[in-house]
Amino acid sequence: MVTVDRPTRGYRVFQGVNGLILTGVVVVTLYPFLNIVARSFSGERQIRAGEVTLWPKGFNLTTYEIVFQDATFWRNYGNTVFYTVVSTAVAMLLTTCYAYVLSKKHLRGRGILVGVAVFTMFFSGGLIPTYVLITSLDLKNTVWALALPNAISVFNLLVMKAFFESLPDELEEAAQIDGLSTYGTLLRIVLPLSKAVVATMVLFYSVSFWNSWFGAFLYLDRAELMPVTVYLRNLIAGATGGTGAGAGTEQLTQVAANIQAVTIVLTALPILCVYPFVQRYFVSGVMLGAVKG
Amino acid sequence: MSTSTTPAPPPGTQGPSPARAAPRPARRPAPTGRRRALRRDWQLYSLAVLPLLFFLVFRYLPMIGNVIAFRRFEPGGSILGEQWAGLRYVEMFLTDPTFWQVFRNTLWIGGLTLLFCFPVPIVLALLLNEVRTRALKRFVQSVSYLPHFLSIVIVAGITLQMLATDGPVNHVLGWFGQDPVRFIQEPEWFRTIYVGSEIWQTAGWGTILYLTALTTIDDDLYEAARIDGANRWRQIWHVTLPGIRPTMITLLILNIGTFLAVGFEKILLLYNPLTYQTGDVISTYLYRTGVESNSFSYAAAIGLFEAVIGLVLITSANLLSRRTVGTSLW
Repeated sequence: MVTVDRPTRGYRVFQGVNGLILTGVVVVTLYPFLNIVARSFSGERQIRAGEVTLWPKGFNLTTYEIVFQDATFWRNYGNTVFYTVVSTAVAMLLTTCYAYVLSKKHLRGRGILVGVAVFTMFFSGGLIPTYVLITSLDLKNTVWALALPNAISVFNLLVMKAFFESLPDELEEAAQIDGLSTYGTLLRIVLPLSKAVVATMVLFYSVSFWNSWFGAFLYLDRAELMPVTVYLRNLIAGATGGTGAGAGTEQLTQVAANIQAVTIVLTALPILCVYPFVQRYFVSGVMLGAVKG
Repeated sequence: MSTSTTPAPPPGTQGPSPARAAPRPARRPAPTGRRRALRRDWQLYSLAVLPLLFFLVFRYLPMIGNVIAFRRFEPGGSILGEQWAGLRYVEMFLTDPTFWQVFRNTLWIGGLTLLFCFPVPIVLALLLNEVRTRALKRFVQSVSYLPHFLSIVIVAGITLQMLATDGPVNHVLGWFGQDPVRFIQEPEWFRTIYVGSEIWQTAGWGTILYLTALTTIDDDLYEAARIDGANRWRQIWHVTLPGIRPTMITLLILNIGTFLAVGFEKILLLYNPLTYQTGDVISTYLYRTGVESNSFSYAAAIGLFEAVIGLVLITSANLLSRRTVGTSLW
């Protein structure tokens, strides 16, 4: 936008400095992550000596083998996949239905229905009453304790509603004149036209369910039910429990640090794989949400 | 508009919907009303049943459930408590020295987060906005968004690894002849660690809204400023910053509103008994008293207190900004 005038000397200096600062930002953001990846492939001795920076030193896959042989890890990894799939399915069902209803401008009571949802963005019941509720509904130790309380994200709901509103009314009117019911219109006309937004929402929800840990930590009691995020959390908590130092424990923590690095990498892997594809949608979703909310 | 499957609705009862017929005031469509809307749109309403049930049970019931802050609750009993206890639990936490300790910690961590995490995205957005190479800009953005997508457990794990006694940070300190610091176990480091990791995770993502706001600024304004002899700094000061002011204020209000609800999950992951002294905040304390020690009514009272303060904060910030700069959330 400001390319008309010739850059002054001072501005060129500024550009250089700016480039340096932003390079610094990139380095600071990426370094910890690359370091963890490097550590996960490194030997314990090299890590302890502080030799590992961006590249694995003493390359080996032993730690990966140790983690892969841990039955609990695999089980928890599988649990994460299962919880993510179920929770996302429930969330998509409820969010799509409600967003479609809210997008019908002629609907009587629409304002109230919108208000019911938006109000919960500003006020919530709080941790304890929610915990008491889930416990007394007997949802503990089931996937429903994770899926049901988070079935609708109001932010996602508003994004989807905005998309449905942008579809031409005439199309649905035509479908109904041709004899389709509301359900039929939604399933056979609206949803096929909304593949983009549906895909985006599936990604939004699944990333957030994949990343979540606290619900599982609260509502699941047994190790074999945990998602991998809680597995990782337990590793971290074990390593920082403040137990005294000593030659033996030092050795153990070091192994633990190696295992932590591997688990971090494996837990983040699916997110990193979809990241290049989702980033764009997330950004446009945030902007849409900001305009609407 | 009609959801009826009958091809030809009897004239008068259906036809144009009431909203569209409104400009003709001669006779109000008589049979309009709830029942008619229900008959016409029952299929739509039926789609709303499950979502409404969700909001009712998982959002509104817990709000009502807060009455256990004033009633005695017994595990396994009614979620609304057994009998009235008055302000007993409120008095309990007001006279609890640990509560005041965590209250102070919350103010400290919340204040530092606001002070550091709020301006960083603005500065970063302004810097990114000056980048002329599109590819470079895209690259920096993509990289800086990345930590936002990672689970908070991963962020905590990375933070702890970086700060471990043999981690990179201590390694760098070693170059300067410093002894390794046990960051994780030192109470005086907790706030720095928390705020630092918060910036690492959120700064890039926080620029999105500012960058969007920056693209909406009219180029003519820059043109005019240049003709008036403004150099780039003055252009930033007089055009760019006022241009993103509404966004800044909106986000500031939101930040102030969530001031007390400081990163509960992250603190839970980063702190340990050795750093409770500076790291324990209201929400972690109420988690420990409520869920770990089963004092549900007591914890609910603390939670309610926190929510009320949050509400007062966001409402007053909103009012203040409407009075002073004319921008507000509602």
